[in-house]
Amino acid sequence: MLSINQVQDEIIEDFAQFDDWMDKYALLIDLGNGLEPINDQYKVPQNIIEGCQSRVWLTAELDGEGKITYKAESDAILVKGIVALLLRVFSGRTPDEILNADLYFVEKIGLREHLSPTRSNGLLAMIKQIKLYALAYKSKMG
Amino acid sequence: MKLDSQIIQNIRADFPILEEKIYGKPLIYFDNGATTQKPLCVLEKIEYAYKHLNANIHRGVHYLSQKATEAHEEARSTIAGFLGATKREEIIFTRGTTEAINLIAFSFGEAFCQEGDEIIVSVMEHHSNIVPWQMLCERKKMQLRVVPMHENGELQIDAFRRLLNEKTKLVSVTHVSNVLGTVNPVDEMIRISHEMNVPVLIDGAQAVPHIPVNVQEMDADFYVFSGHKIYGPTGIGVLYGKEKWLNALPPYQGGGEMIEKVSFEKTTYNVLPFKFEAGTPDYIGSTALAEALRYISEIGLDNIAAYEHDLTAYATEQLSAIEGIRFIGTAAEKSAVISFLVGNIHPYDIGMLLDKLGIAVRTGHHCAQPLMDSLDIPGTVRASFSFYNTKEEIDVFVAALKRVVGMLS
Repeated sequence: MLSINQVQDEIIEDFAQFDDWMDKYALLIDLGNGLEPINDQYKVPQNIIEGCQSRVWLTAELDGEGKITYKAESDAILVKGIVALLLRVFSGRTPDEILNADLYFVEKIGLREHLSPTRSNGLLAMIKQIKLYALAYKSKMG
Repeated sequence: MKLDSQIIQNIRADFPILEEKIYGKPLIYFDNGATTQKPLCVLEKIEYAYKHLNANIHRGVHYLSQKATEAHEEARSTIAGFLGATKREEIIFTRGTTEAINLIAFSFGEAFCQEGDEIIVSVMEHHSNIVPWQMLCERKKMQLRVVPMHENGELQIDAFRRLLNEKTKLVSVTHVSNVLGTVNPVDEMIRISHEMNVPVLIDGAQAVPHIPVNVQEMDADFYVFSGHKIYGPTGIGVLYGKEKWLNALPPYQGGGEMIEKVSFEKTTYNVLPFKFEAGTPDYIGSTALAEALRYISEIGLDNIAAYEHDLTAYATEQLSAIEGIRFIGTAAEKSAVISFLVGNIHPYDIGMLLDKLGIAVRTGHHCAQPLMDSLDIPGTVRASFSFYNTKEEIDVFVAALKRVVGMLS
């Protein structure tokens, strides 16, 4: 399995092939459309990450090998695209890998505007929640 | 005077920001409901005031202080004239619409409201015209009553009549909806309220930049607006209040300027308008706002209204060709605002992609969540126009929207 940084570099390369913003966003839309929908049972208020404009549901499970599987979805396609990227980076990793990760791909592919702390789509909140799950599972594992 | 394309080109040249390129594309600014761009004369006024008129006002004996005071008080007179107020003392400077509403919610509440009383707002209010009243209601154990609307975005005036009763202390409604563009029949609502001796506050933030307003003809008790939405600077706004009401209300904030005499035993308050202007006022902002009002008065609010009406009608017609488009707000009387949704596409996705094509629109709930809830939608895409926008820009916008919808469908 590739490391977190290797996956991030792959993503950066995927986006680097396009100069035009609309092409980059078309790729994001494709990724969003390809994201596996989560079961309705997970679409409950306690799983919602409140962004200002779109809703994101996020859940996590720890498997027998001590790795976390994240599942997430949004009602906006572009946000779903970002969710797909985050899952590609973080899902199937150990809590330590997730907690120690230095997330640089968002900046590199020019999605930094999504990180704006106010009125954004909640990307910051999503990353925080991903890390909180990792922290919770890590302390559970002792 | 009809604003023809030559005049509009001249007007556009007054707004330097319209020359900006966004991601390499010419800026198309359709977010005028959120804030308007500033003409050169306003920008130059700010620079001039700081370079030549800057000294703290009112109590200074020196030359500069007197010049600054004159400019600030002249601005008050300009605004009084613009709104058709009887007296310049009826114009109170605030930080904006929000602060003006908070001021009345506090001071009126202190003077006239008791447990069990009621305040009436409408379902289409901006959060700024909901939350200050909710805070008052909580403080005084009062009830907030809400005027419902018809599906097309017009208020239900019959329901409004029924809501008014002997417990109603004040009605606070928007002149123009920031989401739906509906121009509410405020003259009629004020007349109905006055029959019950209930005063009315009108939120004019979305009205004054687009239609002529005369507070005396309207007979509003309070009328509020923000400078930055009418081509002036940020951080300055206006509360108009009838003298008899303002005199009857206690001060909102304490500090300098608003006092007559201070001692530790007893402090007496200054007269209108200073009673409501604690602290050093934004005298640079006030002079720049007055300049903005002079600028649009020269173009003429009637001319602006006619031009923007044409523009909005044209945009509505062109947008109607897009499959699956649904307009939110189709009142007979509408201002230069178009809110819409396309199929099941999330407004956020449309806004983000339009941005990449250089087009600035607003998406989301537009600080009117109760209205969104009542319409059962998460938000809208909103294009809001100004007289510096053109039909050519609308053509580019409609073509861009078609492309974006194609990508997202």
